[in-house]
Amino acid sequence: MITVQNDDFDAGAELASLRQQSGDPGAIVSFTGLVREFYYSADADKQKIKELYLEHYPGMTEKALKEIVDEAIRRWDIQAIRVIHRVGTLKPGDQIVFVAAASAHRHEAFSAAEFVMDYLKTKAPFWKRESTERGIRWVSHRHSDEVAAERWQPTGFSG
Amino acid sequence: MITVNYFASIRETARRDKETLEIPRSVNSVEKLIEFLAERDENSHKALFGETPVLVAVNQTVVSRDYKLDGDEEIAFFPPMTGG
Repeated sequence: MITVQNDDFDAGAELASLRQQSGDPGAIVSFTGLVREFYYSADADKQKIKELYLEHYPGMTEKALKEIVDEAIRRWDIQAIRVIHRVGTLKPGDQIVFVAAASAHRHEAFSAAEFVMDYLKTKAPFWKRESTERGIRWVSHRHSDEVAAERWQPTGFSG
Repeated sequence: MITVNYFASIRETARRDKETLEIPRSVNSVEKLIEFLAERDENSHKALFGETPVLVAVNQTVVSRDYKLDGDEEIAFFPPMTGG
């Protein structure tokens, strides 16, 4: 199941619910992304984050996430996947994203969860804007995120 | 009619978030649409030919610049994604 929402989520309750939906899972792997307290610029300057705003493209977001999840299910023996991504205004320490995968075996669950996260970062239409003491900036995309997504190629799947 | 959506930094630079318009038949690819829109005003030009790379989605799928248009699509312009 995929959800894009403003509200916070209860990761523990989501795990329990995923376990119930799964057939007979031997492994559940989950990832929770959080808003950091500090932003480190290229020159290693440390700035305190006041607020993080997440914009998205309603409609395409859900479609892109579904394509990513469907691809994970094609590649690995997965019983259930849960994706939650928050949008709107968040504060340092807030939860942003939750991805969990249930499978009979741990390797499948680890791979599927990591794949979904890597693809989500570069293929799902979300954009972060950070407010620090020095002002507001759109977060620029990171080459390392592109590399992380590309290592799952070649498959013909481009998101 | 096409619908054009602008997101994130591209939206702010273009100073528009959504518009609906008729395009001439000669504007039959993403590349030609970008040129057509950018010619209209300075903000559109800055957004579409600025420093920030611009990704294009047609009917909610990212496409390349040579993608063909028939004048009845949902288009979106946005910077590289930074979710997660």
